[in-house]
Amino acid sequence: MRETIEVVNPNVQGKKYPATDPYLVGREKIREFAHAVKSTNPMNLDVFAAQAAGYTDVIAPPTFAVVIQERSLATVLGDPEADIDFSRVVHGDQRFIHARPIVAGDELVSQLEVASVKSLGAHSMVTFETKIYDIAKELVCTAISTLVVRGDE
Amino acid sequence: MTHINIASLEIGQEIGSTEFLLTRDSLVRYAGASGDFNQIHYRDDVAAAVGLPGVLAHGMLTMGAAVQVAVDWAGNAGAVIDYQVRFTKPVVVDPIDGAVLVVTGKIGEIDDENKVVRVDLEAVFNETKVLGKAQARVQL
Repeated sequence: MRETIEVVNPNVQGKKYPATDPYLVGREKIREFAHAVKSTNPMNLDVFAAQAAGYTDVIAPPTFAVVIQERSLATVLGDPEADIDFSRVVHGDQRFIHARPIVAGDELVSQLEVASVKSLGAHSMVTFETKIYDIAKELVCTAISTLVVRGDE
Repeated sequence: MTHINIASLEIGQEIGSTEFLLTRDSLVRYAGASGDFNQIHYRDDVAAAVGLPGVLAHGMLTMGAAVQVAVDWAGNAGAVIDYQVRFTKPVVVDPIDGAVLVVTGKIGEIDDENKVVRVDLEAVFNETKVLGKAQARVQL
């Protein structure tokens, strides 16, 4: 009989983590991120183009919310109860559902919930749902991330 | 929200294709911009020590670059209201030659009522698809 060792504590399913401190989205941070993902879209780079389209400032590329999500994920990966070995983690799936684009000047907080913990042979698959809110407490984006935590082969 | 006439679109229609050159410089730049400083994305020795075939591009860099095909088509990064991918294969980035990622977008679904189009993205590196179920929903 082979002993099964849980690589992620299944009891953390449903656990909600406290909201992160506000993150102030800077215009130059958006430009830096846009260049990094090879965006040439003027909405990400040019304030006048973004304003002509009705935004108050440059808007972030669709995947920028990962920066906010990471702040919540760092809390979980540091949580002894969840017991996730970061060196065994592989990114499986990612999704961003936007209520509106992230705009320079936004102050964002994120709240993460462990949506599910599933076993797949020796591995565990953990799905996190991170809700990102602005200062008016309006939902801006829901980021859903599945990490695969490799067990012993 | 965009200049595209939804009535002119057909399922399967190609909306664009872009070749992205991902170099080690691209990875360092993405690490700094995103805050993801996992060493497997810039150190050959660390990548080798954990059994990888080489330094890998951040999955999130591949995801972020791939969606630009949909963004360029729509003309507005804010039009992408929902975007998901599955990371199926790694992108190994050669220290000298980098890695060439070819991304092609096609119309996968048309929702006339809500004026939302699903763009299916195919990202190919080294003749292999590296993303699965890469779908961007674009508000027209």
